[in-house]
Amino acid sequence: MTDITSLPPDTGPSFNLSGKDMAVAGQWRLFWLKFKKHRIALASLVVIVFMYLVAAFADFIAPFDPNATNARFTYAPPQALSLFHDGSFQPNVKQLKMTLNTESMRREFQPDPAKPVKVGFFVKAQQPYYLLGLVPMQTKLFGLTNPQVGDSLYIFGADRLGRDIFSRVVHGAKISLSIGLVGVFMSLILGVTIGGISGFFGGWADLAIQRFIELLRSIPTIPLWMGLAAAIPVGWPPLRTYFVITLIVSLIGWTSLAREVRGKFLSLRSEDFVIAARLDGMSEIGIIFSHLVPSFMSHIIATLTLAIPSMILAETALSFLGIGLQPPIISWGVLLQEAQNIRAVAQAPWLLFTPAAAIVISVLSLNFLGDGLRDAADPYESVS
Amino acid sequence: MSMNKDTILKVEDLKTYFPTRTGIFKAVDSVSFELKRGKTLCVVGESGSGKSVTARSILQIVDKPGRIESGSVLLTRADGSLTDLAKLDPRGKDIRSVRGKEIAMIFQEPMSSLSPVHRIGTQIGEALRIHFGTPKKEQRERVLELLRQVEIPRPETAIDRYTFEFSGGMRQRVMIAMALACNPQVLIADEPTTALDVTTQAEILDLIKKLQQSHGMAVLFITHDMGVVAEIADEVLVMYRGKVMERGPVEQIFHAPQDDYTRRLIGSVVKLEKKAEVRLTRTAIPAEAAPLLDVKNLSLTFPSGLKAVDDVSLTVRPGETLGIVGESGSGKTTMGRCLLRIYDPQAGAIDFRRPDGKTVDIRTADRAELKNIRREVRMIFQDPVGSLSPRKNVGQIIAEPLKLAGMRGRELDDRVAELMQQVGLEPAWRERYPHAFSGGQRQRIGIARAIAVKPRLIVADEATSALDVSLRSQMLDLMMKLQDELGLSYVFISHDMSVIRYMCDRVAVMYRGRIVETGDTDQVVNHPQHDYTRALLSAIPHPDPRDRRIHKRFRYDPARTVSANG
Repeated sequence: MTDITSLPPDTGPSFNLSGKDMAVAGQWRLFWLKFKKHRIALASLVVIVFMYLVAAFADFIAPFDPNATNARFTYAPPQALSLFHDGSFQPNVKQLKMTLNTESMRREFQPDPAKPVKVGFFVKAQQPYYLLGLVPMQTKLFGLTNPQVGDSLYIFGADRLGRDIFSRVVHGAKISLSIGLVGVFMSLILGVTIGGISGFFGGWADLAIQRFIELLRSIPTIPLWMGLAAAIPVGWPPLRTYFVITLIVSLIGWTSLAREVRGKFLSLRSEDFVIAARLDGMSEIGIIFSHLVPSFMSHIIATLTLAIPSMILAETALSFLGIGLQPPIISWGVLLQEAQNIRAVAQAPWLLFTPAAAIVISVLSLNFLGDGLRDAADPYESVS
Repeated sequence: MSMNKDTILKVEDLKTYFPTRTGIFKAVDSVSFELKRGKTLCVVGESGSGKSVTARSILQIVDKPGRIESGSVLLTRADGSLTDLAKLDPRGKDIRSVRGKEIAMIFQEPMSSLSPVHRIGTQIGEALRIHFGTPKKEQRERVLELLRQVEIPRPETAIDRYTFEFSGGMRQRVMIAMALACNPQVLIADEPTTALDVTTQAEILDLIKKLQQSHGMAVLFITHDMGVVAEIADEVLVMYRGKVMERGPVEQIFHAPQDDYTRRLIGSVVKLEKKAEVRLTRTAIPAEAAPLLDVKNLSLTFPSGLKAVDDVSLTVRPGETLGIVGESGSGKTTMGRCLLRIYDPQAGAIDFRRPDGKTVDIRTADRAELKNIRREVRMIFQDPVGSLSPRKNVGQIIAEPLKLAGMRGRELDDRVAELMQQVGLEPAWRERYPHAFSGGQRQRIGIARAIAVKPRLIVADEATSALDVSLRSQMLDLMMKLQDELGLSYVFISHDMSVIRYMCDRVAVMYRGRIVETGDTDQVVNHPQHDYTRALLSAIPHPDPRDRRIHKRFRYDPARTVSANG
């Protein structure tokens, strides 16, 4: 029988309740206050928001058409951007001079300091495009002010067809980052519905669902994906392939979410405040939506954030293996696929490192963000 | 530095601080005391008074981010030298040689302090091995001797058992055996009996006293229970918000308190020693009145086979408070929950009289009927934290049952404000969330929610046991005030006899799922008929050091089971 228990010494003081505004602070405010303490997560949030903005405005930010080839500049190295020329502010890159090394039969590029190529902001695009698919635009964030034959702007280098890697990575972000979101959204629907049924009804439904989840999880992921991806007809349009791939990667993702939801349901159902609501005469559906869902919403958000990186990695892995997305679709996995041969890695390492860096940064940031959200997910732990 | 030769531990001006987001929390603020050989010092205070942190500071096991700010803890070592424990490195070798060997500590929760994966013999032997390097064979001999000292039955078999095979009281005995393993000079007991039933508590208090005398230990006993203090203390230290309010011999603290806070504390304890004044003057409820609730032969067996409620019959008359008293595992909470059909009892009847005079059997009521009955029979929960959704503000919490009953708009707002006033809360606080309230205020919110729909019967399950003693009588007074205003009846479930005596008209004593005795509170308290009731009553610590009596308590021994797990 518990009687007065002396407060554990660390819980009382760590949460000062005397402040007036804390008294009326709701769940999300407490959540935010706790999240704010997690510095890395906060920084990651900024990075993530930035990356998604880049993905959304890819057409504006990428200086070139990601599919535009240029035979003159195959495997051109990254060009350094210098800000000053002749003592005045004038962003420029140096023109690349190509020589053919007759011994190794390779093209070699040398920047020519005598020939600066002017770079400017808000330049006219070569082709008109639609921003976000809606707004007709003819301006790019930056580019060559006055493009001439022989000028080039490859800040992250070029690939074997002379396509601009920077533009391709920026456009790849559209697919790679959104596949995480769409996949997670599907996981969310599947996970919450199935997990909710499992936790709420219990009994044989619970048993069947749990066994099914175990079965799904016991199948090795990569072969399962490969099998399903191989079944996608080659002739399908890119968009349909994209959706089928998200379906495939979210196939495993929902299971952990379903378990999380089920666990929360089970533990919350016996909470006193839920019993109190039942005694108040609230219907079971009412209890679910007015007590249970708000209680585990923050947990779900945290779990989802942690699930996005695995989706991104899954897409990358599939595309890298050549069974996911296929060119001409651009995703980070597709870009990595181009860096598969040793020649590319030895001669043009930027093919590998640029998309890899984008993946690593986004996955790391999402993981940190998810950690921060998870820690803040139950803002009442330290209060009670 | 001169010290009395009987003084083993001298704490001077100890300050332990916890840095927080908004400043510094002074958990222990200038505390000084002395521990003398063979004497017991009780540190008493309500939750958050810093009594546990004080004890932990002595051994430098304060939880992070707390730290000892200043002050000294002088320990007279076995060889006569003095060591200031506060100056030692918390992870160093020196303090480790003190912990367990010279100063031993026992905690409130014996289960979490013992490892579930080791046999108890191994765990006790561990301390011997670390501090004395005792070889395996001797270890076993010594452990057996210790188990005998702490009166564990059949030590030869008990030594090879695991902690989960023991009951709470036995586990606490194992903890004590472990603490005694190295013959410490000082024993720090941090609420060692709080998690135990009164009868078990009495046994453990006896044991500590006996061992103290045979070992000549100094005991620092931390508790919130003034009854326990009166029973065992030589000296008392009263703490409040990290500060020492008063320090003195137990006799002085109880009979001539100097400090205001102490006086109030003693006052609230003494108040609960007798019947509430408002109940003394009230006219008795006629025994022949038609019962509001008539429970007949109620039984509930859990799927595990445990008979939690076993053939229980009781009646509640209109306007009456029926107390249900029993120790943990007696089935009183389960029984209370059956009354609202949170659990479904398998047999018996719960006849509830509706306002129109018809009776309904709650046990067999259908969904719609149950919904109506649950507006008339309400519940107050034990845990003021868990029973309020942290995600809703107070206004929403209290309004919920009203909304479900169809009340809306202005009428709803007014009613919530009225209810808040009725239970002693500012209506202006309705926007606040439960985390902004103290335990007592939260319990008031729970009461407001219970009375919102104008019920006729309230099942209060340990409604005051999570509260500090000074708040208990306030809460009970509030409940009685509401009873008189609203014509309520209560089923008041508690393990605490003083609370029952203070408030209840009649009482039913539960033991292992059965009701062993029912009667008027005065009758049951003063002239108990059943042996179990007598044992229960005599084990309750009496808050008067002049009348120590738990050592001459009556022991109940149900003839069929001489429990090895006592």
